[in-house]
Amino acid sequence: MTDEQEPEPEAELELTAPLVPLFVVTGGRGLPPSHEYERTTLVSAKQDAAAEARTLSPEAREVMNLVADGFLSVAEVAGHTRLPLGVVRILLAELADGDLVLARKPVPPAEQADKELLSAVLDGLKTRFGA
Amino acid sequence: MYLDPNVTTAVKILVVGHFGVGKTTCIGSISEIEPLRTEEEITEASVNYDDLSGTPDKTTTTVAMDFGRLTLSDQVVLYLFGTPGQERFKEMWEDLSRGALGALVLVDPERLDESFAVLDLVERFGLTYTVGVNRFQGTNIYPLEEVREALALSDDTPVVPCDVRDEKAAAQALITLVNHLLSLLS
Repeated sequence: MTDEQEPEPEAELELTAPLVPLFVVTGGRGLPPSHEYERTTLVSAKQDAAAEARTLSPEAREVMNLVADGFLSVAEVAGHTRLPLGVVRILLAELADGDLVLARKPVPPAEQADKELLSAVLDGLKTRFGA
Repeated sequence: MYLDPNVTTAVKILVVGHFGVGKTTCIGSISEIEPLRTEEEITEASVNYDDLSGTPDKTTTTVAMDFGRLTLSDQVVLYLFGTPGQERFKEMWEDLSRGALGALVLVDPERLDESFAVLDLVERFGLTYTVGVNRFQGTNIYPLEEVREALALSDDTPVVPCDVRDEKAAAQALITLVNHLLSLLS
């Protein structure tokens, strides 16, 4: 083993500095069940949650800040933060455990073929696009 | 950016098709927000069978998907998810198809053979669908019945022209799909 084989410190720093392993971001938590925090679950921060958010990880805080002023879907949270969807779902489950976010579940699969719902979707599309 | 605070009902429709068929353009034409992208990891069996243990390796791949949003009333919001139509993404299809109202299947009349895998997935996951025939620059409009025949679609599956760059055409394809969903209820 010679000194030349040692990686140069700068090169190593450059490679590893921006990468935080995902299990660090999520505090080692696993994914919530697949029907929780789905792409179309709507989430918003609870009103008095801002103070507690200061003690969170940077990523969890980013999620909290994003949904501080209103509802967004889980997919939008992932899109805006550029965090992988799985990470966002884990963070939201954690925040919900801490009573920091509200979640509105999407329409359950059994009710998706509901006539009233489909009619509302149809009317909405027609009104919006003048068709 | 935020949803109307009264919106309580989120529904989704999948916009599916093979690579390059125009899913993202279609979503961008009608979405009220700039289309966003999610990234997620999926596991897939790799094709390396040299492994002496005889079990195929599992590798993880990141899949990026674009989606858009349409607020349809005080209470209802519709999300449109662009969904890649390859067999290896079926893990993701399981999540995406659960609770979806249906699917708009985009096809390219010049590459119809690439749509078979997509139609296979849509049917396997039990999604009701409408086929939108995208019109690409410089190509003639194909007779829709020829597309139906080439894709071996059933008589009651709606086939509509769908220039994905045109908001009205994309919206009309979605309206056709929802009408079709309603017709199956009565």
